[in-house]
Amino acid sequence: MGIWSYVGRRLVQSLLVLVLVSIATFSLAHLVPGDPIETILGERAAGNPEIRAAAERRYGFDQPVPMQYVYYVRNLLQGDLGESITTRRPVVEDLRQFIPGTIELAIAAMLFAVILGIPLGIVGAIKQDRWPDHLARFVALIGTSVPVFWLGLLMLYFFFYKLHWLPGPGRLDTGMKAPERITGMITIDAALRGQWDVFRSSVVHIILPAIVLGSFALGILARMLRSSLLAALGDDYVRTARAKGLSEGQVVVRHAIRNALIPTITVLGLTFAGLLAGAVLTETIFSWPGIGRYSVQAALKLDYPGLLGVTLFVASAYVVVNFLVDIIYGVLDPRIRIG
Amino acid sequence: MVASAITATADIGLTITAPRKHRSTLASVVNTLRNRPLAVAGIGIVLAWLIIGLLAPWLPIANPDAQNLAQRLKPPSGDHFLGTDELGRDIFSRIIWGARVSVPAGVAVILVTGIVGCALGAISGYVGGTVDTLIMRAADAILSFPSIILAMTVTAVRGGPGLGNALIAVGFVLWPEYARLMRSQVLSIRENEFVTAAKSIGADRNRILFRHVLPSTDAPIIVKATLDVGAAIVLTAGLSFIGLGAVPPTAEWGAMIKQGADKGLQYWWYALVPGVAIMSVVMGLNFFGDGLRDALDPRRRGR
Repeated sequence: MGIWSYVGRRLVQSLLVLVLVSIATFSLAHLVPGDPIETILGERAAGNPEIRAAAERRYGFDQPVPMQYVYYVRNLLQGDLGESITTRRPVVEDLRQFIPGTIELAIAAMLFAVILGIPLGIVGAIKQDRWPDHLARFVALIGTSVPVFWLGLLMLYFFFYKLHWLPGPGRLDTGMKAPERITGMITIDAALRGQWDVFRSSVVHIILPAIVLGSFALGILARMLRSSLLAALGDDYVRTARAKGLSEGQVVVRHAIRNALIPTITVLGLTFAGLLAGAVLTETIFSWPGIGRYSVQAALKLDYPGLLGVTLFVASAYVVVNFLVDIIYGVLDPRIRIG
Repeated sequence: MVASAITATADIGLTITAPRKHRSTLASVVNTLRNRPLAVAGIGIVLAWLIIGLLAPWLPIANPDAQNLAQRLKPPSGDHFLGTDELGRDIFSRIIWGARVSVPAGVAVILVTGIVGCALGAISGYVGGTVDTLIMRAADAILSFPSIILAMTVTAVRGGPGLGNALIAVGFVLWPEYARLMRSQVLSIRENEFVTAAKSIGADRNRILFRHVLPSTDAPIIVKATLDVGAAIVLTAGLSFIGLGAVPPTAEWGAMIKQGADKGLQYWWYALVPGVAIMSVVMGLNFFGDGLRDALDPRRRGR
């Protein structure tokens, strides 16, 4: 099967999942207790009969439920996610404001996980069952069994409160102004605008939250790479490489790792989507203005449009990343396309 | 008459072979686990927490709700060896009482969601058709949401904070994986000859599903459930931490971490202690789950 028909098939599957996701958020919105119009407009506006009637037409509440879903999807496609009860702004605008902060944090966390996780996984496989392996597995275990919010507090206590090595919560030093928005990611915007003091401050501020958010991904990545590298090291082509006299380092770097990285990339993609969700707790601890903290505030104030907007965004991001990972996987490994 | 006689013999056949197989599996599992100190330590930690929590009312510890404002936010000392909180309550005692909430809640959620998920998966796999499509597409939809965000939404939709709402949300988020696992097992088991045999002697669908197919499913689900109890405890604690789970004055570990964090980093013991408690349970479950996986997997047994 050619690569394009593979891409096409995966695209159709992904679109189907997106439809499922929209049905799920639509159902959740309908499970919300109380008056749906009031949920969307807020109590005061819903009290006005004219506004109410207009909203009923716009969202199709005068229609039967299947038609309401059609209206819902149409509004979604037009970028209408309703209005946030807390910020009194369209949810789409809120998302546009807060998404870059979360993506910036997720990228930083991923960098941390990759920079530390890959060596940890390699060492674990090469020195199997010796102390570096045990150490690596222990770190990986900690990364997957410590509650992320507690790890965040611990890090803040040591590196901020006790040692003063790193700054506390927030994205910049107090009193420092964020650079004029280009991407919304302060580190990148500051660099693009050449404001190096702001850049420096934003980088040191992102270190702790990135470590905390990345610790889970680090654990998964290291374990995954270790096991796939161990499998690769037992393969025939590795024996061939050894037999023709390559040094152990060359065998690992030139042959085994290349193959072991393929499954690792899949996990990496899924973990990145997971980071967007893990940001909920990390952003809360570090007062990081991203969609995670926004969704927590929305949930606590029962701001359903805001909360469902984030839910929809993150689920769609999941689906899109999944799709991209599958495509990369298919390109790297032709067997997947056929299977 | 003839048919029932055959069924009876078939049943006797089952009762004769089933326990023997069971005993030998159980024995070899216990044997393998015995050689894995980490797995034994793991289950030991979890059981210890469960027992301590269960016995909390009879233990010689301070009343977890007794306030003493003169003793508020005191660091660990001889009187309160894990310190006190903002109302002067003894943190050691609240941790012990918290074990009555967090650990059984995690076990109960997985038990219920596991059974519901397995039942749905078994029906899905065995009945097939539209029922299968409906259940599995619902599972797909839920799995495409990240668990914490969906759990937050479910809690909010159910009217806001509360341990009950949080636990329902956690269960709602976790059932689809059991359904999938169970469905795939049922799909392969129902092709076996003993199912055909049961069918040919006239056993009805329910009987085949509950008496023949379900008893043959096993290992992966048990391992998954063990590991998931830890995940459920962490997820519930996370919901409490952001303020959507247990509400004061419940001595729940996640809620205690939140209260400690709100007070400030100088009161380090307040948030530290419940975190250590959560970590010990989750690690214990992970160690035990890993050991169990090895013990139940014939290829890894004895290695």
